[in-house]
Parts: sequence; C-alpha cells; structure tokens
Amino acid sequence: MAKENIRQNPAVSIRTPRARVRGLGVSHHGAGHWWLQRLTAVANVVLMLAFVVIIARMAGRPYPEAIRLVGSPFVSLVLILAVLSVTIHMRLGMQVVIEDYVHAPATKIAAIFANNFYAVVVAVACLYAILRVGFGQPPV
Amino acid sequence: MAPTARPTVAQPLSPHLQIYRWTWTMAMSVFHRITGTALYGGTALVAIWLAALASGPAAYGWVAGFFGSIFGKLILFVYTWILLHHMLGGIRHFVWDAGIGFDKTQRLSLARLTLIGSTALTVVVWVVGLLAR
Repeated sequence: MAKENIRQNPAVSIRTPRARVRGLGVSHHGAGHWWLQRLTAVANVVLMLAFVVIIARMAGRPYPEAIRLVGSPFVSLVLILAVLSVTIHMRLGMQVVIEDYVHAPATKIAAIFANNFYAVVVAVACLYAILRVGFGQPPV
Repeated sequence: MAPTARPTVAQPLSPHLQIYRWTWTMAMSVFHRITGTALYGGTALVAIWLAALASGPAAYGWVAGFFGSIFGKLILFVYTWILLHHMLGGIRHFVWDAGIGFDKTQRLSLARLTLIGSTALTVVVWVVGLLAR
C-alpha cells in the first residue's frame, strides 16, 4: 500500500489527534484561503462602490482638484483599504485559477510566484502613490 | 501488494465543458472567473492612474487624457460592467454560502439577475455619473 494511505488512516497513523488538527489537512492551511477570500469579498462590496463614486467624481477634474480629492483623509483611507482588500482578494482568486488549470509543476510554481509578485507590486505602487498624494509630496 | 502493470490503452477521461449543454448557472460561473481574471489585469490600470497622480501634472494629464478619450471611456464602461458583474456574482455566492437559493427556479433567477443586474447597474452608474457633471 502507498505510504500516504497509512498516514491518513487514523487506525494506523501514529500522529496524535492534536497533531492531526494542527496539520490542518493536506494543504496545511485548512479553510484559511476560502475564509480570507470571503472576508475580502465582503469588504470589496463596500470599498468598490466607494471607489466607483470616487472615480466618477475625479473624472474630468483638473490636476490640483484631483490631488485635493485623493489627498483628503477620508478618500485616502478608503483607497488604502480598497487596495489592501482588492490585492489580497485577487491574489487568492488567481491562485485558485492557476491551481485549477496549470498542472506542470515548474510552470505552476512559476505562475504562483508571478501571481504573488504582481499582487505585491500593484499593492505597493498604489499605496505609495496614495500616501505620496496624501502627505502632499507631488508638485501641484 | 504487487504493483499493477500500467494499461497500454488510453484511459477514458471524464467529460469536460465542451460536452455539456450550456446553462445559465454554468455560463455565469465561467463568466465570474473570466471577470475576476479581467479585474486582476485591470488593477494595473488603477496603479498606473494613481502613480501618474503622484508623479505630477504632466503624467496625470497624459493618463487623464487617455481615460477621457472615446477608447478610454469605452475601457472604463466595460470595466464598470465587469466590476459590478463580479460583485453581483460574489453576492450570489454569499447567498449559496448561507445555504439558500439552490432550488431550480431560484438558481436560474439568481444567474439571470447577475447579468441583468450588472447591466442595469452599469447604466445607472454612468447615467448618474454623467448627469452629476
């Protein structure tokens, strides 16, 4: 019999019940991925509706007005929260897509690396820009 | 147990998407994933827009000019629709997560509402947005 079958069979396994619980299953994450995806989805509903309103109010405004709007504490805060929630959500979502469709180990690992890098670059670029505008650094 | 010899004939595979008749729930499920992937790429546009704003009037003028053009407006319109469609698709998943909406008529209505709702909401957002100008 395969080694895995012995390890998964509670009658044969030498792992304690606590170890089995702490292991959180084959993924070692339990339902953490699913839960965080739903948590950020709820946050996104509110934050994206606010984002659409912000974008609609920004459209066609001259530069100084755009800076004043994005630089206002409330709008900055909403945008920062939106960037955090969205980038976490999209990183988790893309990981599921990769795991579903990319099966070759090397390509899959490369894709998951690229997904993480993309999400972090987008998040940091957005946050840096929002903070820079919020703290009054850009030339008006 | 002795290892079994691998069969030399091709194993039968379980049928995939192309063999099934398209249904509303299936189409909306596929579309939820497509819209999610599109939004994933679209986030780069948000980063470019914010980076331009932080860079100064020249960079912002260029980006604002692009999004203000007909092509830019078309991108933003489709972006709005994709965003709202993915949002309503997510809300549909919350309904199912709560353990309700699984009846045949209910799940069909939910799938149709996702498409009708996202289209209607997109039009409302743009009409209100343009009127409030």
